[in-house]
Amino acid sequence: MSQLAKHANEDAIAEDPQFVTFYVDGKHYGLNIQDVREIKAWTHVTPLPNTPSSMRGVLNLRGAIVPIYDLRAVFGQGLTQPTAEHVNLIVSIQGRIVGFLVDAVSDILSFAPDQIQPPPRNRGKEVERMNSVMGLGESNGVMTMLLDIHTLIGNQLPVNDDDFLAKPEKKQ
Amino acid sequence: MDMQSFRKTYFEECQERLQEIETLLLSLESGDYQDEHLHAIFRAVHSIKGGAGAFGCDHIVSFSHILETVFDRVRDHRLGLDPELMDVLVDAADILSAIVAAAEQNQTLPETFDAKARGDLSRYMNEGAEAAPVAPSETSCPEETKGKACTYTIVFKPHSRLYEKANEPLLLLRELGGLGTMTLSVNVDDLPDLSAMEASGSYLSWTILLNTTHPKDAITEVFEFVLDDCDLTITETDSTVAGEMKPTPPSDASPAIDTGEAKVSSIRVDLDKIDRLVNMVGELVITHAMLSQQAEKLARDGYPHLARGIEELSTHTRELQDHVMAIRAQPVKMAFARIPRLVRDVSKDVNKHIKLVMTGEETEVDKTVIENLADPLTHLIRNAIDHGIEDAQTRKAAGKPPEGTITLSAGHRSGRILIEIRDDGAGLNTKKIAEKAKERGLIENPELMSADELHQLIFHPGFSTAEQISNISGRGVGMDVVKRNIQSIGGKVYVKSEAGVGARFVLSLPLTLAVMDGMIVRVGTQKLILPISNILESLRPRRQDISTITEGGEVLDLRDHYIPLLRLNRLFNIPARYDEPWQGLVLIVESEQTTFALFVDELVGKQQVVIKSLEENYDPVEGISSATILGDGSVALILDPASLYELHNRQGDPSLAYAA
Repeated sequence: MSQLAKHANEDAIAEDPQFVTFYVDGKHYGLNIQDVREIKAWTHVTPLPNTPSSMRGVLNLRGAIVPIYDLRAVFGQGLTQPTAEHVNLIVSIQGRIVGFLVDAVSDILSFAPDQIQPPPRNRGKEVERMNSVMGLGESNGVMTMLLDIHTLIGNQLPVNDDDFLAKPEKKQ
Repeated sequence: MDMQSFRKTYFEECQERLQEIETLLLSLESGDYQDEHLHAIFRAVHSIKGGAGAFGCDHIVSFSHILETVFDRVRDHRLGLDPELMDVLVDAADILSAIVAAAEQNQTLPETFDAKARGDLSRYMNEGAEAAPVAPSETSCPEETKGKACTYTIVFKPHSRLYEKANEPLLLLRELGGLGTMTLSVNVDDLPDLSAMEASGSYLSWTILLNTTHPKDAITEVFEFVLDDCDLTITETDSTVAGEMKPTPPSDASPAIDTGEAKVSSIRVDLDKIDRLVNMVGELVITHAMLSQQAEKLARDGYPHLARGIEELSTHTRELQDHVMAIRAQPVKMAFARIPRLVRDVSKDVNKHIKLVMTGEETEVDKTVIENLADPLTHLIRNAIDHGIEDAQTRKAAGKPPEGTITLSAGHRSGRILIEIRDDGAGLNTKKIAEKAKERGLIENPELMSADELHQLIFHPGFSTAEQISNISGRGVGMDVVKRNIQSIGGKVYVKSEAGVGARFVLSLPLTLAVMDGMIVRVGTQKLILPISNILESLRPRRQDISTITEGGEVLDLRDHYIPLLRLNRLFNIPARYDEPWQGLVLIVESEQTTFALFVDELVGKQQVVIKSLEENYDPVEGISSATILGDGSVALILDPASLYELHNRQGDPSLAYAA
């Protein structure tokens, strides 16, 4: 976290918005750094009964009960099989603190307005899920899907939950 | 303490005094006439007035002065306490509350605000008066008295008793100063050598020259509460101006009251501070759980002191927690206090005679629970008066006494507090509820529903059977708000009603919102917590004790009683270690509405758990009331028996829904 904060401060001179970027299922995503509170290695979570499969469960973050969403499942790509290398991005939105399970964090990038393109809006069934992507950032030839955190949680998750595998049994 | 915090304390006290005045007035009105009540009211009004003087709240002073005067006349039996006067006094108490509230906010009320009340009161002030009113104030007494200024010489010598009772001469002198121009001198002749001085002794006296337009009585009144504990002489002198006396600042001379033996039995503490304390205790409970879990891994023989230390820590933590919770515990009386007034006003509005019976007011419950109780109680009582109790003719025709009775009671039961609001009215109109519900499409076949089930529909948002919207109830916002309010503090509402006999609403509330005793159970790899207060017993049933009811789920034969069997693994869809109850364990669980058997793999143990909100960062989850943190830092969910049972009912026959 301190590394992150330091990094953020150094770049703060630049006024372009900064994004924490990360990988889910081989794709590169970014979340506004203002929304990200901390980055934590994956730990055991307590599953909540009868919730969508993208809701992995809750963990104890210094005394607060924080729900963790599996971002891969949110995007309709099935469940992540988490290992110690997986990462929870803890974000705060609308007064709530929630976490997103992602594969790995990659970098902190600034995107000038001319580096961000609007996402395409014409992919039939996919459109609903594309809503949470608010822009496509370009940096050194790599595309980053910039996520809008509010629609991400607000939309409340996959269209059809039955598409997914049953929750894997936890290893303890 | 600075002036600001004194001021805050004053207004807090005012609230208590006002509440006291109202309570006493109502008990006077209900026929419980005691001179002591009148004296108490008089003292309360007087205290409000006294403090207001010190803080320069003139409006409070002038109004409470009139009120005080009337009470004074009543307690001297110069005025009879008839219903008309009673109304005037109750209204005046309201006005006083409003004035105090305005002063607290530093608002200025329009002069007309209390004009009517003043008029009403001053009528009584003069009625049958043999002479001029006891103590005219600026408003009630016109200009002419102002000319007749007199000078009094007052010698005031407090005894040490006065300080022991935590009186402050400074405040008395200030109040005296408010009556006119005052010249003050302090007499230090009695002051002994420092070595001979006792901290709690009284060595000072004052000589006061007061030039005032107020009569002598007003001066005596200032010293009303300390008369027995001081030497006081008041002599009238000529209207000569006393110029030769050198004023001495009284504050320097004010004796050391703090070091005295003043007996203080309670202090005021900021709620925030207590909340922080409660949170810290919560963390301590978790830390303790963590420590003892770690210690279990060590060989007991190797570290006997550690084991004993942890046991002691456990005892102390528990005690500390009990004490901290006791700080927050308040008698439910606090929430009940407003009800008599409410009943009085509402029953007058609808012209019904209603007797209110309250029991169990001393039952203690967490302050947060009490704070959230006021609105739901108000709603339920209003409803009972407006819809529940019939008018006198109908009651007579039904062979009931013309006066309706509402019973409000509180008590502890299985770790919760139950508050019951019962009326002896007509009961809920089952037929009308069924019609309304069908009309609104809430239900399809009312014939298939039991009366009890139909009654629960009144908690549905927007549901009201009242044909006429009165200004008391019937707008269809009410019962659902009650239900939501109660749920927000972890409580439940039930209604039982019998046509012609009356309705009974029961609020079931948790005693505290912070910590509870839990039983950890295991299903598969997951640990869940059940409140101990809900568990009646645990047992391993025999195979033949379990039967499946056609289209009705499973039941357990518990000593010849058939109770529903819930399988936690199926309800929550968790892979369990055991498939059948006779392999694992069954807990007999009591919720507010029913008793059922809950099948789990095993019991892990009893533990105190700190209740953490799940809704803070997520949405409510059915079957779960909240979460807690176990000794290893992981989260465990706390089960809510009543909502588990609802989940079970909705899932229908769970054995069909999921293949085991």
